[in-house]
This record gives sequence, structure tokens and C-alpha cells, in this order.
Amino acid sequence: MDSKSITFFPEQASSIAGTVDNLYLFLVLISAFFSLLIAGLIIYFAVKYRRRSDADMPVPAHGGLLLEITWSVIPLGISMVIFAWGASIFFTESRPPADSMEIWVTGKQWMWKVQHMEGQREINELHIPVGRNIKLTLTSEDVIHDFYVPEFRTKADVVPGRYTTEWFRPTKTGKYHIFCAEYCGTKHSGMVGAVYVMQPADYAMWLTNGGAQGSMSQRGEALFQQLGCVTCHQADGHGRCPTLVGLFGKPVEIQHGQVVNADASYIRESILYPQAKIVAGYEPIMPTFQGQVTEEGVQQLVEYVKSIGPKDTTGAGAPTPSPLTTGSQPGTAQQRATNPTAITVPGKR
Amino acid sequence: MITATPTQHEPKNYINSDYGIKSWLLTQDHKRIAILYLIVVTAFFFLGGLFAVLIRIELATPAGDLVDSNVYNKLFTMHGIIMVFFFLIPSIPAILGNFLIPLMIGAKDLAFPKINLLSWYIYVAGGVFTLYALMRGGVDTGWTFYTPFSTSYSNSYVIATGLGIFINGFSAILTGLNFIVTIHRMRAPGMTWFRLPLFVWAHYATSMIQVLGTPVIAVTLLLLILERGLHIGIFDPALGGDPVLYQHLFWFYSHPAVYIMILPAMGVVSEIISCFCKKAPFGYSFIAFSSIAIAVFGFLVWGHHLFVSSQSVYAGMVFSMLSYLVAIPSAIKVFNWTSTMYKASVEMSTPMLYAIGFIGLFTIGGLTGLFVAALGIDVHVTDTYFVVAHFHYIMVGGAIMGFLGGIHFWWPKITGRMYADTWSKLSAIIIFVGFNLTFFPQFILGYLGMPRRYHVYPPEFQVFNVLSSAGASILGFGYLLPFCYLLYSLKFGPKAPANPWGAVGLEWQTSSPPISENFEVTPVVTQDAYQYSTREEVKVG
Amino acid sequence: MASHAVTDLRHHFENHDQQKDASTLGMWIFLVTEIMFFGGLFLAYIAYRTAYPDAFGAASNTLNIPLGAVNTAVLICSSLTMAMAVHSAAIGKNKLLITFLIATLVLGGVFLGVKAYEYHDKFVEHHVPGPNFDFKSEDAKHPVDPHNASLYFALYFAMTGLHASHMIIGAVIIVVLIRMAAKNRFTPEWHTPIELFGLYWHFVDIVWIFLFPLLYLIDPKNK
Repeated sequence: MDSKSITFFPEQASSIAGTVDNLYLFLVLISAFFSLLIAGLIIYFAVKYRRRSDADMPVPAHGGLLLEITWSVIPLGISMVIFAWGASIFFTESRPPADSMEIWVTGKQWMWKVQHMEGQREINELHIPVGRNIKLTLTSEDVIHDFYVPEFRTKADVVPGRYTTEWFRPTKTGKYHIFCAEYCGTKHSGMVGAVYVMQPADYAMWLTNGGAQGSMSQRGEALFQQLGCVTCHQADGHGRCPTLVGLFGKPVEIQHGQVVNADASYIRESILYPQAKIVAGYEPIMPTFQGQVTEEGVQQLVEYVKSIGPKDTTGAGAPTPSPLTTGSQPGTAQQRATNPTAITVPGKR
Repeated sequence: MITATPTQHEPKNYINSDYGIKSWLLTQDHKRIAILYLIVVTAFFFLGGLFAVLIRIELATPAGDLVDSNVYNKLFTMHGIIMVFFFLIPSIPAILGNFLIPLMIGAKDLAFPKINLLSWYIYVAGGVFTLYALMRGGVDTGWTFYTPFSTSYSNSYVIATGLGIFINGFSAILTGLNFIVTIHRMRAPGMTWFRLPLFVWAHYATSMIQVLGTPVIAVTLLLLILERGLHIGIFDPALGGDPVLYQHLFWFYSHPAVYIMILPAMGVVSEIISCFCKKAPFGYSFIAFSSIAIAVFGFLVWGHHLFVSSQSVYAGMVFSMLSYLVAIPSAIKVFNWTSTMYKASVEMSTPMLYAIGFIGLFTIGGLTGLFVAALGIDVHVTDTYFVVAHFHYIMVGGAIMGFLGGIHFWWPKITGRMYADTWSKLSAIIIFVGFNLTFFPQFILGYLGMPRRYHVYPPEFQVFNVLSSAGASILGFGYLLPFCYLLYSLKFGPKAPANPWGAVGLEWQTSSPPISENFEVTPVVTQDAYQYSTREEVKVG
Repeated sequence: MASHAVTDLRHHFENHDQQKDASTLGMWIFLVTEIMFFGGLFLAYIAYRTAYPDAFGAASNTLNIPLGAVNTAVLICSSLTMAMAVHSAAIGKNKLLITFLIATLVLGGVFLGVKAYEYHDKFVEHHVPGPNFDFKSEDAKHPVDPHNASLYFALYFAMTGLHASHMIIGAVIIVVLIRMAAKNRFTPEWHTPIELFGLYWHFVDIVWIFLFPLLYLIDPKNK
């Protein structure tokens, strides 16, 4: 990392870095082969068939269908291999594993604000343990940013008004760059930071030294009281609004019989744009909390709602596959899962 | 048309047929309009190039020492806007296409000469708007104008610049419309579709994109201006809008726009290679149809700019796969050009040097396109210098090489003068070397993770940045050379014969420079394009 | 012959057929660019209507459907009068041509007048996106997010505004055509401007045929 020698690769510090580099090397070889082939042929022809006198005449070439088909099909075949390879890496990159440790990241002009589950907060730094799957849930307070760690070979746009995710498993301790990779205004190039990948024991120590006052969900609970949410969203369901106990990750029936999944985005939308989706059978009386709660506060509220949600997952933000569900169920299948019988203990809080 | 006797003893042509500034500014002659474009486009090229030089000087050191971040952001924004909208898009079509399409198909002019002149005025008006914004302090959004930064956060002249590009768009639309109608309706007797030069096919495909794509960017910029001016909420997440919708609309035009830049250059290269190999291009119909295929597929791949923008995983996969399909027609062209040289009679003239340079650089640009279309790699390299290097290999290495090659090829026809051969070959080589030194290190920088649009950067990236800046100084010098010796040739260059290269296109059968009506009598075409005499024919004869 | 100067072949064409073919093809291509131009707005409309169907439905309910329907009828009639104008020019009935052009102009004016009245209503109701925007669903049981309704109105004004600007440009061109016709410039052999303008006018009409149901009639629960 500190070596000053010229390198052509960033360090491989995540579980996918090696696979991305392999595909890259494969492509470099393909490109070198075709570039040299074309350059070699052109130079060879240019010399061999150079015009020696004005009377020099070319031999006509008869375009061959077979030749044309050959040099269409071979590149097509090669490019489909590249496509499949690249897509399979992408598929891995876009699906955070169920056991991921969750961290919330908020971008704003021009800094990164990080909240850990345990309550630690940091700015332009991200401390994580080596060897754990880490899932970042990202959002922005203003413009579009992009959270990029070259050593992990991954990035994701950070879009205002929605949650995006990015995950990686660091494989090497050390300090790595965080770059904002989507142009975001004057100090775009100053929106940088550092990831510190630590041994788990060091990470645990770091967590305890942070002086955090309560976990995210505890702070979310405090906000829940403070903003008065609790007066309507009563735990026993007798309030004027639906109870939030056991809600997280479950399907919710809203107006006109539509069903939505109560994930982090839904909770966020309901806090900031309460009229957008009204739960069936309830009056649209909730005021908006725009301007009263920050993006980070919303994240704490989401964690609180999650903490009083069904105890069937290890606490992933987007609904994660229940360990009891059988068969393959990526994506929508598990989003509709209404498995109430799960008994897994929540992750360490 | 004009009866005044010329003062010198030159035969009449489109240049000396009339005098005075009015005769130029009110001309309806496609050749004169091409010259008008040439002047303004060249001015914009050097303006955009000046910004590029400043950017490269700034990036020679990791700290921000030449200019501050605000200025730097405006520099790369104005560089992008001017180069894309005011140089690359009009360069080959509006200058060479305008001049040559009627000549190549044996017509007296484009179908709508007045609209052609109007296009130039619209282009100038759009340029004036943009320059006005530049003078007032410029714009700092990047040439992509991503929302919500451009609509709610930037404190620069977004509306004026947006209007400039909006207006300019109609120039491209009208030029494209004019070309399509001209190619359909104005061909000389006997000039069937499959006798058209490949340059014309390439411009037909280009015009299709201009006509179908440009209105979409126009309406997108209109919405952007409304959003910024009135906060209607259409791209603002705080008002329920979707900032990523802007990116879809923007790239629906701006990806095909890349093909507006490269297809005409491909047409130029097909002409040059054929002429200096003295034989028909290998696989004429494959080159012709691959242009059309590129234009069509080009409209289906915009989503590959949005792989990390929160677009769905499956959309990403579809766009990735479609992007590979665009690679095939491009590969077909490269293989066909190369095969044309097989058993040819190759003359290493200046245009041929540019054409060969084009093939090499376009090959690298195209092959690195395979990298960025691969989802797994794109997540790492998008928004880094890898992408910057990739598209400069296409746009500068491809489009500008094609443009310069074309200018050198048809310069005798356009001006009636020959330029200095030694100087022109030397500068072609300087440009090729300078280009590679500028942009090849940026591939490495990008893979190392240096994000684009960074004013200051970590010191470990400096080595390659210095290489790139050094290359840029060579490249900048290289671009000044043709400007000088071409200008010199206007006055002092030897007179060019009608057909200095021994080429067979219709444009070479009329005088250099051509007369106002292009041909003394409307030509009648009796054979395919590129009928060079070959050995067999000699034997038979 | 007055018409001779106009019908004169422009120098770069071989014959009249070629000249007319070129103009007609040019017009069709221009209309294709117009489709793409409106297409961007239609795409935005589809995206947001899919995202916020309730808000779009509720906002759409505030439009004046009878007026919209009247306007649709007016435009269809104007297309008919325009077609009659083209026919009159083709058979060389200049008086008839002028009459039908004036009729088209009047109908276009009626459309724009009704449109202006509707816009006025929207201003009065604070349904114009911006700082004074205020929206409450008529159906109190099913309120919608005013932001989303604002999006609907933004698109409503953008789409109908763009359409109306095409109508205004069209009206200006009709005035020019009427003046030309008054000077007997058109003949059965040469009346290309009338024909091309007819294409344009029908196109603008067709855009409205799409706009009317998409903007006025979308709420399935509309009574």
C-alpha cells in the first residue's frame, strides 16, 4: 500500500477484487491480441504491397461471405463470453449476502457521514472488520454522489430520495481510499475519505472506544418518542395509525388493494411523504416529517422499526431470505415471504 | 449564375464566382456553407482545445495550484460542451458532408439550400448563447448536466448554456433532414443505392441518428430548463421527481451521439483507404450495412451508462448484452478496411497515414469498449479515467483523426491548392504519438481508481498524470501544425489538379475547386463506386 | 402568369416531380423529429403515471372534461376543413381554398381560446406548479401527495403547452398561406405549401388525440 513503485493495479482488498482483475486481464489479453493482429497486418500490407510505380495495379479482392461471417461470429462469440463473465460478477456484486453487517452512509456536499448499528458515527472514515460481509445502505442529502473504493473494485451511486446498496467483504487489513465518483459540485475532488479495515478484535475495541450514546435503534426509539410518533403508532395497535410492531419486511396492504413490502425505502417514504401510500383502512392523517428529521434520523427510525419487527432475520435492511424458507428465492419471492415462524436470534446489538 | 468577369485568369469556381462578405453570409451554395462551418468549427475546436490544455497543466501536479476548484470544474465542463456539441457533432457532417454529398451523388446542391444556410445560422446562434454563458462565468455541471445538481445546486449559467445546446440541436436536426432527403431524392441518373460511396452511406446512418435522437435531447434540456427555472419537480426527488429519469433521457440521445461523431469518420476512412489502395473496399455492402446497424443498435444501449446508478440488475444485463452487439458491426468495418490493403497498391500519403492512425486508435477505443460494457468491470472503472481514456480514443483518436484525414484528402478539391507533403506527414505522426502518450496512461490511471472530474488527486497518481500532460503538449503542438501549413497553402500552395490522387469518385471528375453548379452537365452513372483498374482488367484489355 | 414565378423550378432540381418529392419527404422526416420531440414528454408521463397512479388520477379529475371534449371535436373539424382546403387547392378552386383556410384558422383560434380559458382556471385553482401550488384531492377519503399531483400538472402544462405552441406556429403559417392564396399563387399543379402544411396540421391534431385521453380521461374511478 505504501510502496511508491509504479503499479498497474490497485490492491486487491476485497473478495471480488480478484475476480474483477481476472476478467480485466482476460480482456487485456484479447485486446492486445486483436490490436497487434490489426496493427501487424496493416504494417505488413503497407510494406509488402506498397506502390512501387504509378503503373502498379492492385489485384482485386473478391469479398467472401464466409470470411465476413467468420469475422462476425468469432467476435460475437468472444463478446458473449465476456458478457456472461461480467454479468456473473455483477450479479454477485448486486446481491448482498444475508449475513452482512449493515452500515448506513449518507453523502452530502462534500462529505460522507457514516452510522454504525452500534451507534458509532464517523465522517469521511469507515472502520470495518476484515473478513465480514459489509452492506452499505446509501443515500444523499442533496445531489447524486458515488461511493467508490478502488481497492474493493466496487462503487454505487448515492441518489437523493432513495436507498441504494453496495456490499463487499474486505480481505486485507489496511487503509484504503474512499472517492466520490459522481461529479457533485465544487469540492467533488475533496469528497474523499478512508476505509480502515481492521482485525475483528481491533474493530470491537474501536467500537467500544467510540463513545457512542446508544445504538441506532435506541436513538431511533428516542426520536420516535420525541417526534410524537408513538401517540398514534401505538404498540398494541389501538392508536389511530397502524402499529409498527412486527411490520418490517412484511407485505402491507395499502389503498386500492395494492400490496407493498415494508422495507427501508417504504419506511423512509412513509415518514417523509406520508400521503404517498396509505395503509388500507386508515385515515390519511399523518403529517409529513420533512424538515423535522434528517436523513440520519430517518435511518435511525428505520432501525428502530426494524428492531421491533419480526425476529426472523439477522437484521438485514432489505428483506433477507428467511433461513427456514426452502428452495431458491432471490428477489421477489422472499419479499413476499410471510414466514412468521422464524426463530433466529438477531445479530449482536 | 453571376456574370461579372473574374479579375484573374482563373476559371470560374464556387470561390471566385462572387465576392464580398454578403455573398458568403447569404450564400445558398452547399460548398460555401461548408466553408462557413469550417471556419466556426475550427474556432470552437481551438477554444475547446485551449480548455483541455489548461486542464492538463492543472493535473500535472496533485494539488490544485493553477486554478481553484470552481474554475477547474468550469474548464472541463466547457471543454466537454464545446467539443461535443460545437465541434465533434458538426465537424465532419456539416463541413465535409455538406461539401461532398451533393458532389458524390452527382447533384447540384442539397435538397434544401435555404435550410442548409439556416442550419449554419442556428449553429452560430447556439454557439453565441453558449459563449455568452461562458463569458458571464461559465457553467460547472459537467457536459452531462446531471440532475439535481444542475437544476437545484449549481450556481452557474445552466439555463443560458442549456438554451445554447437546445438551439444548436435544431441545426443538427435540419442538417440530418437535408442529407436524408438529398440522398433519397437528388441522386444523379444511374446512381443507385449500391453505387453510393461509403461516405454517403455513413452520412445516411448519421443523419438517421441526428433526426431521431436530437429532438429527445432538445426536449430533455427543455425540461431541465423548466425544472431549474420554475422547479416543476420533474427531476427533483424532494418533489417526487426522479433524477435518474434525466439520465435515461440524456443518454438516449447522448449515446447515439457518439455514433454521430464516429460514423462520418468511418465514411471518410473508407474513402481514403480505397483511394490509396487503388481498389474497391473489401466487403462494400458489409461496410455500408454495418453503418446502418450501428445507427440502429446505438439507440438500444443507453442504459450502459447507468450500471451503477441504481438501475435494476436485469436492465443492466440487457443493456450490457446489447452493447456487445454494437461491437460486431464495428469489428466488421475494421476487418474489412484491413483486408482492403491485401494485395493492394498502397500509397502512404498524408490522408492514408491519418486513416491508418484512425484504424489503430479506433481499434483500441473499440476494444476498451468491451471492458466498460462488461458489467463487473464497469462497476470498478465507470466514472474513472478509464472511461475518459476510452471515449477519447473514440472521439479524438477516431473522430478527429477521421476529420483531419478527410480535410487532407479533400483539401485540394475544397480549396484548389496542395499543401506541403513533408509537413503534413510529420504532423500526422506527431499527432498520433502525442495522442497515445496523452490518453494511454489514462487507462492505467482509471484502473488504479482515479475518478474523473477530480481537480486534486492523491499523489500516487502523479506519474501517469505527468505522462498524460506531456503527451497533451505534444498533441496540442501537433494540432497547430496543420492549421498553419493549410492556411499557408491557401495562398502559396501549388494549384491542385482536378484529381490529384487518381481517385474515382464523382467529386474528382469536376474541377478543383468545383464550379458553383458542381458539374458542367449532370453526370450519368454507369458503374459501381470504386472501379479502379486492376491487374486482371489489364490482362483482359 | 402569376403562378409561374412560384412554380419555377429551383435551380438544383431536375424537374418538378423531384422538387415536390423532396419537399414532401422533408416534411415527413420533420414530423418524425416532432414525434421524437413529444416522445420524451410522453416517456416522462408514462414513468410518473406508473409511479403515482392515484395522484395522477386525482389531478386529472380536476380538468374540465367537457371543455376538453369540445376542443377535441373542434380540432377534428379543423383537420377536416384543412383536408378540404388541400382538396380545393388540388382542383384549383381558389375561393374555396381561402374559405377553408379561414375556417381552419378560426377553429384553431377556438381551440386556443378554450385552452387559454382552461389554463386560466388552473391558475385560479392554484394548480400551476410552483410556490403557489395547492392541491387537495376532490375525494377526501383518498388524498394524494400534492408533490405528485404537481408532477402531473407540470407534465400537463409542458405537453399541452408544447402542443399549443405548435398550434400558434400553425396559425401564423395559415395567415401566410391565406395571403399567398389571395394573390392567386397556388395552382392545381403547384400547391405544395398547402399540402405540406396539411400534413403538419394533421400531425398536431393527432398529438392532441393522444393528449386528450392521457391527460383528461385516465382515472378509472372517474364518475
